[in-house]
Amino acid sequence: MSDFDFDSSAFILNPRYQYQWEEAQQCNVLLYPEGLIKLSGSAAEIIQRCQEKITFSQLIDKLKLAFPEADGIAEDVKEFLQDAQRQDWIVESAD
Amino acid sequence: MPNDKIGSSSQPTSDKLSNTHIPMWLLAELTYACPVQCPYCSNPMDISASRKNELTTDEWIRVMRQARKLGAVQLGFSGGEPLIRPDLEQLIAEASSLGYYSNLITSAIGLNKEKITAFKAAGLGHIQISFQGSNRESNKLFGGTDSFEQKMMMTKEVINQELALGLNFVLHRDNLHQVKEFLVMAESLGAEFVELANCQYYGWAMHNREHLLPSRQQLQDAEDVTNEFREQYSGAMNIFFVAPDYYDDRPKKCSNGWGTTFITVTPEGDVLPCQSAKVIPDLEFPNIRDHDLASIWKDSALFNSFRGTDWMLEPCVSCPEKELEYGGCRCQAFLLTGDARNADPVCSLSPYHDKVTRVTDVAQQPLDSEDKQPLLFRNMANAKKLRAQKTEAS
Repeated sequence: MSDFDFDSSAFILNPRYQYQWEEAQQCNVLLYPEGLIKLSGSAAEIIQRCQEKITFSQLIDKLKLAFPEADGIAEDVKEFLQDAQRQDWIVESAD
Repeated sequence: MPNDKIGSSSQPTSDKLSNTHIPMWLLAELTYACPVQCPYCSNPMDISASRKNELTTDEWIRVMRQARKLGAVQLGFSGGEPLIRPDLEQLIAEASSLGYYSNLITSAIGLNKEKITAFKAAGLGHIQISFQGSNRESNKLFGGTDSFEQKMMMTKEVINQELALGLNFVLHRDNLHQVKEFLVMAESLGAEFVELANCQYYGWAMHNREHLLPSRQQLQDAEDVTNEFREQYSGAMNIFFVAPDYYDDRPKKCSNGWGTTFITVTPEGDVLPCQSAKVIPDLEFPNIRDHDLASIWKDSALFNSFRGTDWMLEPCVSCPEKELEYGGCRCQAFLLTGDARNADPVCSLSPYHDKVTRVTDVAQQPLDSEDKQPLLFRNMANAKKLRAQKTEAS
């Protein structure tokens, strides 16, 4: 697991993982050596925004802009990111 | 945002390729030519030295496109030794543009720094390097090539270039005691994944089974060493230990279920539900030169022959676990009982279970080399010799 604090550090999708829409499965996936993770709709909304270096507050701003009707998402997003970090899906952005 | 709760999305519905009836995995066996002579190779024994009927670059690209359309996401370039194909870089680039995650399964013989750079630039995701022994001598003894230094160098180079790297170590009676040495080596090199895979008994390994099958104690010792190592170096390296199914009470699902997940395409374009399927007689193997992959996957007699549970015989038919293991491996059922519809005799409920226990009983005894036929290495000369013997016998 990568060790960083996403309150203070920018992060990015781990380059080991390939994010894409899968027509046959009708969902977004993360591909990695010899495996696949299916993402739910909301997980995909977060992961797709991590394909470029991003901070937690930038991510929340972007999600709020895309989904103005959703309130109080910060806690849920943070919970997801903590898990994504544990699974190594996101890593600290070096630059 | 979509309606599902974000909290629940942190536990994705599946982390394995198990979505029924989408061929998630395409295994492209680019060539049977190989510089290594592993006596446990799962390739068929009647491999031909001639490469003139191998699929062309354009034909492989067609296969990849058709499989991708069916939903394949993982692509394994395998063989033989896939590095022998001069068009490998081109195939990797094509795979990448189609949206595959591509994996190169190699002995590392023929690999160099420039190729690793080129493959990475072409979009390769992962390289798996196989070792035949944990030191120079044993690697040479079991692989028939003096390639240990090359493998070490290439392992380091793949890590330098920050490509995902897995090391594969095929285990058997004569090298199970090396597990610790291998794990120490893998850890010092910085491998992310290590697969300790006991050989499974098909192809050349079936021929050499008497030599290769370990005793229970050997297996237990190797698993203990692996677990100790895991505790000591927790988190740094993912280690997978695959035990030989001869010591299980229940069989393993055939390729995650026949015709559910995997497509293998052989060097000459035959399309198989698993790498070993050709051992089963009376099946017709459709070729990509004659048929579209979609029609093979959906409609061919081959892919439908053992799909689901309709083909089963007793004791599988009335077994409450029939949809867990799907009767086990069809190839093993054929190889050990003579009928591919039977329960895999690894299952303790199989009336043929003694076909397995008789072999495992013998494996508990010390090796008595005088009684054994010599270990047969996988090479073209031996394949030719076997073909000649077979012709003579018939």
